Amino acid sequence: MTDPSVDAGAGETSPEVSPTSARDAYWRENLTLMSILLVIWFVVSFGFGILGRDILDQVSIGGAPLGFWFAQQGSIIVFIILIFVYAARMSAIERKYKMGDH
Amino acid sequence: MDPTLLWTAFFVITTFGLYIGIAVWARAGSTDEFYVAGHDVPPLFNGMATAADWMSAASFLSMAGLIAFMGYDGSVFLMGWTGGYVLLALLLAPYLRKFGKFTVPDFVGDRYYSQVARIVAVICALFISFTYIAGQMRGVGIAFSNFLQVPIEVGVIVGAIIVLFYAVLGGMRGITYTQVAQYCVLIFAYMVPAIFLSLQITGTPIPQLGFIGNAQDGLPLLQSLDRTLVELGFQPYTEGAKSKLDVFAITLALMVGTAGLPHVIIRFFTVPKASDARKSAGWALVFIGILYLTAPAVAVFARSNFIDTVNESVYSAEVASGEAQARDLGEDATPQWFYNWERTGLLGFTDKNGDGRIQYRADAETNEVTKLDRDIFVLANPEIGNLPSWVIGLVVAGGLAAALSTAAGLLMVISSAVSHDLCKKVLVPNMSEGQELLVARLAAVVAVLIAILAGIYPPGFVAAVVAFAFGLAAASFFPAIFLGIFWKRMNREGAIVGMTTGLLVTGIYIVHFKIGFTSLVIGVGLLILAVAGLIIHLGTHKKEAGQPFTLYAAILLAFVGVMGVMGILPDIAKGAASDHFLGISPEGFGSVGMVLSFAVSIVTALMTKAPPQEVQDLVETIRVPSIAGDDAPGAPAE
Repeated sequence: MTDPSVDAGAGETSPEVSPTSARDAYWRENLTLMSILLVIWFVVSFGFGILGRDILDQVSIGGAPLGFWFAQQGSIIVFIILIFVYAARMSAIERKYKMGDH
Repeated sequence: MDPTLLWTAFFVITTFGLYIGIAVWARAGSTDEFYVAGHDVPPLFNGMATAADWMSAASFLSMAGLIAFMGYDGSVFLMGWTGGYVLLALLLAPYLRKFGKFTVPDFVGDRYYSQVARIVAVICALFISFTYIAGQMRGVGIAFSNFLQVPIEVGVIVGAIIVLFYAVLGGMRGITYTQVAQYCVLIFAYMVPAIFLSLQITGTPIPQLGFIGNAQDGLPLLQSLDRTLVELGFQPYTEGAKSKLDVFAITLALMVGTAGLPHVIIRFFTVPKASDARKSAGWALVFIGILYLTAPAVAVFARSNFIDTVNESVYSAEVASGEAQARDLGEDATPQWFYNWERTGLLGFTDKNGDGRIQYRADAETNEVTKLDRDIFVLANPEIGNLPSWVIGLVVAGGLAAALSTAAGLLMVISSAVSHDLCKKVLVPNMSEGQELLVARLAAVVAVLIAILAGIYPPGFVAAVVAFAFGLAAASFFPAIFLGIFWKRMNREGAIVGMTTGLLVTGIYIVHFKIGFTSLVIGVGLLILAVAGLIIHLGTHKKEAGQPFTLYAAILLAFVGVMGVMGILPDIAKGAASDHFLGISPEGFGSVGMVLSFAVSIVTALMTKAPPQEVQDLVETIRVPSIAGDDAPGAPAE
């Protein structure tokens, strides 16, 4: 992936200012969830739609080659799902750590 | 009077009246209401408003046509202009909302504890917004002149007055609720013709599914289009002409650019909470997706239908001149809409071989469709689908809604950048709220006047500079904001050097290959730098030491800039496409600029000293919501 700073964020271990363990745990869970979803984001668009489309095109979805379909429609559908999954999971994590978000 | 004209006038006047009514209802009384709609827009409505804000005249009118001609290569727009919302929702929007201020330069200035960084951000925001708004006003003018038979100038001015009215009166509040209405108008106007076209061509009423369905003859639509195109000498529709690396780079630049565009980001400041910013990004993409999943279908329908009905059809000079009716001429006759659009100049036909039929070919020698405007496919859809004349009026109102909603969002960025970031935060810090509001409204008026001028006398390179907006957003704002949230060690030096590097490298590449360094371009560039230098001098000479040279530098830059505008400097020719770096076109170079900006930022930050403790605490605050009973750094930012 061309986004070097994702690793910079995920790999960060600098000591926290006020190390409440709940805050650290919350942030770690957020980063893990984010990384997983971004990998999916990358795979459906850049992976299926561009780099690997020749392989996927051997299969068809309806009347469209699969790689082509991911590039024009499939990736958009997955993007929408990704955002709602993130919103729902984050709300659950915030409830778990009893965090009010205002 | 012609019924199409009547219906168009009816829809345009009704929708404009609606927008004005909403503006009067949603007047803004405080800076909070003016800049961020009082932070109380429900996520669903904000999603709709964001969709209208984001989808411009280009998405509505041109995108389907562009894809129709580009085939697979058109995917860069579909993925690029939607994938950015994932980045927004996961990486930027919730944190910027938690930060709780009004503008993007606000964040950059506070996070990087620097007036210089704030001013660089203001200049980027202004530059991006002005290049974009010029295109919107031009679109409004063209829609008016094509359909209401008024001069382009009148169209531009009428559109501008409407936007000005609700932006000045209602600020972000007025804009938000008009954008909700504009979304409804534009999506209805887009879907009605698409549904009928889908029924006609594939027999299914859902165009998004018709895309992968079968044509009326039972064969998959895409397969028969591929075959027909190859017979006529074109590239197959599902194959692209661009290299994989180029498609990759353009898609990435558009995605990251989308996430970094200030008029999109500020929409997420209007919801009540960070969690609402996440939900609202999801809704925004749902509403955008309805159009973006339909556009590739419209593209395929339009291209197939164009070839089926126009290619090899019998052209009649009598119909073209209005002496005969098309329906007298039997099965093979060129459809009526072809003549209608030929009159507007968007279509052109030259009978090269003199056989009285239209031959549509890839080869320029034998191709007789000598002019085929990409906007035609959306504009002509209602006629192609034999829909009643009110549908045409609706499509015009939809195109205007798309252009006006985007223009309003951009106007908001310009107005807040001037009044809040420049005047309040840099030049006149002791301004009262009332004065700030007044300046915001005046700035909006001035910005509209400039936009009117740009719409009436479009600079020749408007189309080229849209690549700028995305490239610059990708290479400047995105890295600075992202690192500001996810890397506490990121400091002032890294941000300033990173943003400037991204900006310059991307800018120079785009100008080199898109416009060429003419004396005028160099002059304008230097004048912008001179203004930037002057503002930096005025805003910082009291607080940050070692600045006297900025004034002299600004004067020197202005002097050379004026020489450039007068045409004294030498021209440097435009670069050839074969010289592209790794074959990456200027539209995609923002992704290279972004990687470079990230690298330079990180290296510079590591070589200079860490940001002060209170800034690191600020980062902690925006990352994590407050926990009950713990009010240390996690406390609310407002």
